[in-house]
Amino acid sequence: MTLSCEGNPALYLLFVCFYSIQTHESKRSFLRMDGVNKFRVRWEGGAGTWGRSGRVGRPFGACISSGLNGDGNIAIKQQEEDCTHLKTVRPLLSRKTQLGGTTERSRGGAGVHKPRPPAPDMDNESQYSGYSYKSSHSRSSRKHRDRRDRHRSKSRDSSSRGDKSVTIQAPGEPLLDAESTRGDDRDDNWGETTTVVTGTSEHSVSNEDLTRASKELEDSSPLECRRFAGPVLSGILGLFALLTPLAFLLLPQLLWRDSLEPCGTPCEGLYVSLAFKLLVLLISSWALFLRPPRATLPRFFVFRCLLMALVFLFVASYWLFYGVRVLEPRERDYRGIVGYAVSLVDALLFIQYLALVLLEVRHLRPAFCLKVVRTTDGASRFYNVGHLSIQRAAVWVLDHYYTDFPVYNPALLNLPKSILSKKMSGFKVYSLGEENSTNNSTGQSRAMIAAAARRRDNSHNEYYYEEAEMDRRVRKRKARLVVAVEEAFTHIKRLQDDEAATSPKHPREVMDPREAAQAIFAPMARAMQKYLRTTRQQPYHSMESIIAHLQFCITHNMTPKAFLERYLTPGPTMQYQRENGRGRQWTLVSEEPVTSALRQGLVFSLRRLDFSLVVTVTPLPFLNLGEEFIDPKSHKFVMRLQSETSV
Amino acid sequence: MSFIPGQPVTAVVQRIEIHKLRDGDNLILGFSIGGGIDQDPSQNPFSEDKTDKGIYVTRVSKGGPAEVAGLRMGDKIMQVNGWDMTMVTHDQARKKLTKKGEDVVRLLVTRKSLENAVRQSMMH
Repeated sequence: MTLSCEGNPALYLLFVCFYSIQTHESKRSFLRMDGVNKFRVRWEGGAGTWGRSGRVGRPFGACISSGLNGDGNIAIKQQEEDCTHLKTVRPLLSRKTQLGGTTERSRGGAGVHKPRPPAPDMDNESQYSGYSYKSSHSRSSRKHRDRRDRHRSKSRDSSSRGDKSVTIQAPGEPLLDAESTRGDDRDDNWGETTTVVTGTSEHSVSNEDLTRASKELEDSSPLECRRFAGPVLSGILGLFALLTPLAFLLLPQLLWRDSLEPCGTPCEGLYVSLAFKLLVLLISSWALFLRPPRATLPRFFVFRCLLMALVFLFVASYWLFYGVRVLEPRERDYRGIVGYAVSLVDALLFIQYLALVLLEVRHLRPAFCLKVVRTTDGASRFYNVGHLSIQRAAVWVLDHYYTDFPVYNPALLNLPKSILSKKMSGFKVYSLGEENSTNNSTGQSRAMIAAAARRRDNSHNEYYYEEAEMDRRVRKRKARLVVAVEEAFTHIKRLQDDEAATSPKHPREVMDPREAAQAIFAPMARAMQKYLRTTRQQPYHSMESIIAHLQFCITHNMTPKAFLERYLTPGPTMQYQRENGRGRQWTLVSEEPVTSALRQGLVFSLRRLDFSLVVTVTPLPFLNLGEEFIDPKSHKFVMRLQSETSV
Repeated sequence: MSFIPGQPVTAVVQRIEIHKLRDGDNLILGFSIGGGIDQDPSQNPFSEDKTDKGIYVTRVSKGGPAEVAGLRMGDKIMQVNGWDMTMVTHDQARKKLTKKGEDVVRLLVTRKSLENAVRQSMMH
C-alpha cells in the first residue's frame, strides 16, 4: 500500500503553512509578546518625553559601545548625543529602587508633580522632533497620525502620562521610570551635552517615533485582515470537507457511468442517510463555528489548530485512498463507494463532537479561581473558570473586565496636592544628594527615607480631614443635583393620546423627546456640571451625551432617579465605550508560554497603556461533602426544669 | 388549697413579716423559691395539686430572717407586699421579693397544716 509514503506530502504541506503563519506572528511578537523566551525586556507606550530609551539592546546597542569608548569625534557626536542618555541611565542602574516604587506610583507621582523648570520646553521639543525633521514615516502615515491624535484628545492626559513611563519586566532589575525622570535634573548639570536634550538626531529614529510606529501598526488595516485569517482558513477547510462526500459520489457517475453496477434500494437508503447527516453537519457547523471571532490571540489556539489538522488529515487520507483504490482501477462496486462516503461523513460528525467537547464544554466546569486586580486603584474581582490555556483565560477575564470593573478614572488616583507637596518636599531633600558617591549612597538614602517617613507622620491627619471634607462636598453637590433634576422633571409630562383633542383654550406646545430634553436640561445643567466636576467625571460626559441620555430617559418614562443612576455611580467600562471597530489593544505579559494550561500559582498580567490587570490563579478547593440524616420525629422539646432562686 | 380554674382562690393564710438582712451590698431574705407560670408544675414536691403553678418556698436557710419570721419549707406564697404571687413567672416573683428599696417584705403564705389547724379549731 502506497499510502504511507504518499502521506508525507500532506504533512509537509501542513508544516509549510504552519511555518508561514508562525513567521508572520514572530514579526509582531517583538513588539508585544515574548512568551517562549524567558527574557522579558519589553517596552510599551513610549519612552519619556525627553527621548529616553529604556530598552537595552537594539537599536541603541551599537551606540552604547561607541559612546562609552570615550571617543570625542565629531563624526559620532550625534550618536553620542543619543548615548548620553544611556550613560546617565547606567549609574542610575546601580542605585536601585530605594524608592521601591511601583510603576503606577511613580507614574502617578510623575503626573502630579513636575516642578522641573526645563520640563515644558523639553516636552515640546522632543515630542515634535519626529514631525519637523525627516522621519522615517510617509506623509500619509503622518496625516493618519494627526487625525488619530485629534481624536484621542480626550484621553490625552492618561496616554501622555503613560507615554512617560517605561517598564522593564525582568525580575530583579530596577524600574527605569523613576530614575529616568530624576536623571533630567542631573542632565542639566552634566556638562557633557551642549545641545538640547531631545534624544533624537535628524537621522535616527527616536523612541517616540517607534512608539508612534507601533501605535500605527496596531491601528492600520493589515492587522484587521489578520483577525479573519484563521476563521477563513478553517472555513475553507470545512467547506472542502463537506463537499468531499458529494465528490466521492459524483465522480464515478461522471467518469465511468456505464460500467458501474446498478445499485437499487440499498443505495437509495444510503443516499438518504448521507443527506441527513450532511444537513446535521452543516447546521451544527454553522451554529458552533461560524461566529466572528472576538479576540486575536498572540499564539495559536492549540485546540483549534489540532482540530483543523485532524480534519485535514482525515480528508486528505480519504482522498488518497479514494484516488488510489477507486479512481485508478475504476472500481465498479458503486454501493461500496457510497458506503465509503457515508463513513467519511460519520468520521466528520465524530470530529465535530470532539471539537464541541474540546472547545466549548471542557472549560465550563469550574476548576480555578482567578483573582483579578487592577494595578492603579486596586479594584479586584474573583472569577471561577475551568481548564483553559493562559491566553484563553486572558480573553475570558477581559470579557468580564468590561462589564464588572468600574471605569478607570486617572483623575481619582492622586492624593490631594496639599498632602502630596508635603511628602514630596521631604523627598526633595533626598534627591538633591550627591550622585558621585554610589557606595555609601544606599546607607545615606535609607537614613534619609527614615527621617522623611518620621517627618511625614502627621500627614495622615490631613489626609483624613481632606477626605472627610471631600465626602461632604460630594454629598452636598449630589443633594443639589438630585433636587434640581427632580424639579426639572416636573416641568414636563407625557401627552396622552386622548388629551390631544381637548383644551383648545390654552394650547400647549407639543414637543418631541429631543426638544423636551433640551427644554428641561437648562435648570439642571449647572448642578450637573458642578457635581461632575467634583467627582472628576467630566471627561466622560459631554453636554451632548447628557442631553441624549435625558432624551432616552424621557422616552422610556424613567424617573429622575433612573436618569441619575448613570452619573451617581461610576459604571463599568462598557458603558463608556464608543463604537470602535478596531478593537481594544491589550498585551499579555506572562512568564510561561501562553498556550500552557492554567495551574496553581500562575501569575500573568494584561497590560494597557496606563494600567494593567494582574491575574493570580488558585485552584478551587476540593469539597468533601458528608451526610447527616435527621429523623423528623426526633424533634422533641420539654419545659425547663424547676429553677430555684434564692432570695 | 384547692383551686378551681375561673373561681376565686380561697385559702387560709398566715401573715409573715420578714426584715431583710443587709449583707454588704445585698439585702437577703434567707430562703429559696421555686415555681411560677413558666415552670413545670409536676416537678414541685410541695404542692398537693400537681397543676398548681404558684410560688413555693423550697428551702429556708437556718437562722436567716425568713426562719426567724416563721416561714417554713413548702409554704406557698400568695402575696408579697400586696403583689399577687399566684399568677406570676418565676422571675417576676424574684423581682418582687428583692426590690432594693424595701427593707421589709410582708408575705401572705399558706400551708396545709394551717387549714387542718383551722378545721380542728372549728370542730371544737
